[in-house]
Amino acid sequence: MSFTRKINTRKLFILICFSPLLSFSQSILSSGQIHGSFQMDAQYYIKDSLIGAPQVPEKVLMNAFANLLYTNGDFSAGLRYESFQDVMQGFDPRNKGNGIPYRFISYKSDELHVTVGNIYEQFGTGIILRTYQDWNLGIDNSVDGVDVAYTPIPGITVKGLIGTQRFFFDKGDGIVRGLDGEVSLNDLLKGFAKSKTKITLGGSFVSKYQKDQDPIYKLPLNVGAGAGRINIVSGKINIVSEYAYKINDPSTANSMIYKPGDALFISSTYSQKGLGISLSGKRIDNMSFRSDRAVTGNALMINYLPSLTKEQAYTLAAMYPDATQPNGEEGLQAELTYNIKKKTKIGGRYGTDITVNYARTGSIDRQQVNDTTAIGQSGTMGYTSDFLKTGKVLFFEDFNITIEKKINKKLSGVLMYLYQSYNKEVIEGHPGAPMIYSHIGILDLTYKIREKKSFQLELQHLLTKQDNGKWAMAMLQYTIAPKWFFAASDLYNYGNSDNSKRFHYYNASVGFIKNANRISLTYGRTRQGILCVGGVCRYVPASNGLSLTVISSF
Amino acid sequence: MKRIILSIALVILGFAVFSQDTTTTKATKKFKLPSVDVKTLDGTTINTSQFTNNGKPIIITFWAMWCTNCIKELKAIQDVYDDWQKETGVKVIAISIDDSKSVDKVKPFVNGKNWDYDFYLDSNKDLYRALNVNQIPHTFVINGSGEVVWQHVTYTEGSETDLYKIVKEVAAGQEIKE
Repeated sequence: MSFTRKINTRKLFILICFSPLLSFSQSILSSGQIHGSFQMDAQYYIKDSLIGAPQVPEKVLMNAFANLLYTNGDFSAGLRYESFQDVMQGFDPRNKGNGIPYRFISYKSDELHVTVGNIYEQFGTGIILRTYQDWNLGIDNSVDGVDVAYTPIPGITVKGLIGTQRFFFDKGDGIVRGLDGEVSLNDLLKGFAKSKTKITLGGSFVSKYQKDQDPIYKLPLNVGAGAGRINIVSGKINIVSEYAYKINDPSTANSMIYKPGDALFISSTYSQKGLGISLSGKRIDNMSFRSDRAVTGNALMINYLPSLTKEQAYTLAAMYPDATQPNGEEGLQAELTYNIKKKTKIGGRYGTDITVNYARTGSIDRQQVNDTTAIGQSGTMGYTSDFLKTGKVLFFEDFNITIEKKINKKLSGVLMYLYQSYNKEVIEGHPGAPMIYSHIGILDLTYKIREKKSFQLELQHLLTKQDNGKWAMAMLQYTIAPKWFFAASDLYNYGNSDNSKRFHYYNASVGFIKNANRISLTYGRTRQGILCVGGVCRYVPASNGLSLTVISSF
Repeated sequence: MKRIILSIALVILGFAVFSQDTTTTKATKKFKLPSVDVKTLDGTTINTSQFTNNGKPIIITFWAMWCTNCIKELKAIQDVYDDWQKETGVKVIAISIDDSKSVDKVKPFVNGKNWDYDFYLDSNKDLYRALNVNQIPHTFVINGSGEVVWQHVTYTEGSETDLYKIVKEVAAGQEIKE
């Protein structure tokens, strides 16, 4: 008894001694802020064998996360809890589990920015390093380690990073190290300070280390990649370019070939009020770069190689989307945006916007290394490629015109025409699949009944002789701004050559929004297809059921 | 007995800490705009602490070239922006989260559209994360002291009217309770 009393008295004493410290730490806390965000996506699945929606044994699946972010002056810390109960259909099943796969502490002053923990970083255009998260794709390749950015004098920034990548609820096998430097000549050189031409130069080096446990091949333990970039701004003209080179890096993704990789990206734009023109090109040759050479799917990617095509948002325009081919592709894109002034004959009372865009991606030149080695044969140099020659296979093509016009106070609309060519064999990896050529028309009308009550009508049509044939879609939405929306839609594959596959994909949804909170409930069918963000894609299986999405920021 | 006293002391201390916490967070829902580096359309780095509008309100809205609803919102505000500026002095800052797929095309796109906002690029989503954005469009209203006083997700036709109601209240120096 006396023993416990002793302890208790001591505890009390310690507590009292510490209480000023507690209240001190409390005062630090009270000047800090805690904010966060939350998202939950859940679906109740109904078996629908007609469209190919399987029986989901769990019936309900859910993906969710909560972010917490604490900031106090120059200091911040954050974490993300994620829960997959089980992983929803169409997401990588390796995501299964719960936990805190993302947490960090960061300090930032004018010159120094240090982050320890999970890091999202990008060097240049991301051609050799970009770690990012995309919830809708189920991607998070953050590096868990240390990231330091230092600006010794204005105009020079040096960044360095080291760590292992997130692999679902685990870590990848390899270690990633990176260095990046960027110099702004206008800030650095006195003679340049007042120049109207601004030039920024940058260079980076990234290397990964992974043990070699391959029974057949002798593999490089350290794989290095370097990149150089330039950014020139001169009045109305901008030019951005980056070139990258990677040493030999046999991996599952490139079928274990020993050829080095390289990539080039160039973009030039011209713009003034009312007119914008952009022209860009790229060439990628064997540039899949992952911190585990054996891994497949959207995991452990170190670099980011976006597709050079316009990202389409309307359902039928995005039915056949472009996906980057990291093993080799070349492409170009041109876009013109023009605003016909308001209060002119053609522009009308509110003006008219016209955007014309063309993009095309195809294969690179590939020749046999020698007569006895097939192109892409494992354990060899794979192939040779002439930089100046182009390949013969078309991967993707998209020509599109968009006209946006507000007709009067009540009515406004978007009219779109697209012509797309889609190489299903290459993009979806279905050997023997045909090239799909499609014409797509879209009309999106918004009619304001009263100040806050509106109807939106979307009519879409896709015409093709290949794949599943013709599609039509209609969507009607009623909104009561800013809180409610009600929508109903039907996507109808009326032109399928197989009469028994002319399915209706109907949907009905209701949503409620209050400030930074949004809840939506959708009932209906989802078509089997692929979803791409930035040329990185995931497969979406057919499904039927009731889905709920809750998002909140606080 | 000591154990009871200890427990009571702990509970009281805990309560004190807790109540202190809630009073500080409950009193104000507003918070200081986080200080994060973004880039101008010409590639120059600028810190969000340099976002000022002479004590007048600022609207910060996150968008991207692939986001149809974002573009609808920016177009809707553009139609009334002159009036809003004359009446309240409000400034709209549009933060594009386009990544290297399209970030180089943002400048010709916004110029081609003849939009009058202040544009910045957040390709690595640093500001996006610092403001806990999940989905775009996500719009914030900042008062004259650089504090976020209101935020809203998604755009539905006509919701700019409610946004402007908030802006007017902020311009008049009123507290936003919603």
